Amino acid sequence: MIKSLFSDDLPRSVVLSVILGVILVCLALAPFLFPGVRTVDTAARICIFIVLVASYDLLLGYGGIVSFAHTMFFGVGAYGVALALTHMGRGFDAIVVGALSGAVVSAVLALVIGLFSLRVRAIFFAMITLAVASAVAVLVSQMSGLTGGEDGLTFKTPRALTPAFKFGGELFGVKLNGKLLAYYFVFFGALVLFLLMLRVVNSPFGRVLQAIRENDFRAEAIGYRVVYYRVAATCLSAAAAALAGSLYAVWLRYVGPDTTLSMEIMIDILLMVVIGGMGTMYGAVIGATLFVVAQNYLQNLMGAAAGLVEGVPLLPDLLNADRWLLWLGVLFILSVYFFPTGVVGRLRAGR
Amino acid sequence: MTAAPEHAPKMAQASFAERIGPWMPVLLVPVLCVLGFMAIPNTSSWLTLTVSGLAMGMMIFIMASGLTLVFGLMDVINFGHGAFVSVGAFVGISVLLVMGHMTEAPSLMLNLLALLVAVVGAMIATGAMGYAFEKVIVMPVYGHHLKQILVTMGGLIVVEQLIIVLWGPEEIYINRPEALKGAITFAGAALEKYRLVAVAVGLIVFGAMRYVLRRTKIGLIVRAGVQNGEMVEALGYRLRLVFVGVFIAGSALAGLGGVMWGLYQEVITAHMGNQAMILIFIVVIIGGLGSVEGCFIGALLVGLMQNYVAFLEPKAALISNIGLMVAILMWRPMGMIPVVKAK
Repeated sequence: MIKSLFSDDLPRSVVLSVILGVILVCLALAPFLFPGVRTVDTAARICIFIVLVASYDLLLGYGGIVSFAHTMFFGVGAYGVALALTHMGRGFDAIVVGALSGAVVSAVLALVIGLFSLRVRAIFFAMITLAVASAVAVLVSQMSGLTGGEDGLTFKTPRALTPAFKFGGELFGVKLNGKLLAYYFVFFGALVLFLLMLRVVNSPFGRVLQAIRENDFRAEAIGYRVVYYRVAATCLSAAAAALAGSLYAVWLRYVGPDTTLSMEIMIDILLMVVIGGMGTMYGAVIGATLFVVAQNYLQNLMGAAAGLVEGVPLLPDLLNADRWLLWLGVLFILSVYFFPTGVVGRLRAGR
Repeated sequence: MTAAPEHAPKMAQASFAERIGPWMPVLLVPVLCVLGFMAIPNTSSWLTLTVSGLAMGMMIFIMASGLTLVFGLMDVINFGHGAFVSVGAFVGISVLLVMGHMTEAPSLMLNLLALLVAVVGAMIATGAMGYAFEKVIVMPVYGHHLKQILVTMGGLIVVEQLIIVLWGPEEIYINRPEALKGAITFAGAALEKYRLVAVAVGLIVFGAMRYVLRRTKIGLIVRAGVQNGEMVEALGYRLRLVFVGVFIAGSALAGLGGVMWGLYQEVITAHMGNQAMILIFIVVIIGGLGSVEGCFIGALLVGLMQNYVAFLEPKAALISNIGLMVAILMWRPMGMIPVVKAK
């Protein structure tokens, strides 16, 4: 049962299994274990980013393709739900329509970009996605009639998912309201998507992708059409990213260029994948959790450290809470050199 | 044994299409100018737009040329190239700010001298940084595209953050040197002086690069290295050293481009390099990776396209360049002047 649920790709390390178990339990019971608006928000962000990072890992870690347009697909999904909820009214049917159309649009976009660049050489893909993604981000902020421009869109989700909706009283001191349902909507959505992706990478299709990553020339010689597999991986990962974006839109009840399309999020995703471990879906879980928690809490720590070294030239600036990306960048470079398999690879090797 | 087939050379002239083929990319630039002329009703605004498009193209070329050569020579793709643009701009502008008394003086000579000092300062800084970047970041990942993209992107993040640490997070607004402010009127069209200077600098850089690549021994080695590196090494040249030299030169050029780009926009931010990278990548792709001439033509096309479309339909400016890239890739999948064989 568990074996087939995890598609026969178990963590294969005691420490890793324990960590993953703890993360799963914490996320599953987050509203009860850590009641509080900010902590539950953090937990929901972790769930969504796990899916987003896992879908990126499908491309980068399994396919060996670098894309800089992943936030674009994420944004397409988010805007899909936002537009559907704005124009169709606050029903669950609008969420489904928005999420599905977002996923389809993303996959088609990925297909077009992939056919254009991947058929020539894989390296074009990275450059072209960078250009296209930034053009789309600019376009979205300019088309203010449709997308709300820089301000984004605020919309209403189904009543059952809003804090105003109450059922029953309290359970373990937690109010049973729509916000709780919204959290579990995000949590189970993320869980299903994650298991689906785990299924994909452990299918024969996933094996071929790994073969192409290791040696595309040889894979082609064995008889696999490398371009088709790469394009298919791009489309799948784009659709999954769009669905993650839909979950994000449902959770935030807001979409805007900064929260979904910005280059900063793209860089965050890259850092999460590499630090967690490329080429393992579990790396996405570890990377996203570490990163989101660090993003929320490490900055306070750095601020405290900066306070300690006040008076020393330059050091307070380097340790400024806003400069945490600097240290993550250094960590990123070091981990690409020394731990290309990330935290998960380390744990598995040290078993 | 059969006899060797009759040797029958034909003395037919190459068809028109064959003769025009290599020149097609060059012809695209005047073609685009004419198209713009037809689309834009007013001659004087067409002239203004053409000059600013050429100026923009020249600056993009200066920034992009290093990237394309580095790729052609060592198959290294540097996503951190934008960092040199930012650093060049910040160093150059800082020098200009220090020499405020020279830039505010209304004398053209003093202004140009200050600009020259700023440019040299920026080029030395970015050249040195390029050396360090090559040694620390790029060297360990030769021959591995995926890691190159990731590591150079990481380098870009670190450099951007370091710029913020050193210069502060606010954007810096700058004034152009006194004599380069304003515009001259030519045939009823207002031409900004600074853009004319940018066109001149771009032409000089392109001429110098072409001279070095076509007429000197080092240029010969570089061009041969782009075509077949192994063979050049077999002949006893240490391509590694040549490559380091090209990387430094490319970084210094990116720094020069950064100073000019900063003065063009009159505001600099730590992220300006990353934003410029979008246009740089489009240029490098449509020009053909590894080709300096292709890069030059591509940059002019992108600059002209951006300015014409921004005038006709402001919202479509960036999309139009994506469209240009798509059109050119459909015509020639490897770029206009492909140099490097598909690897």
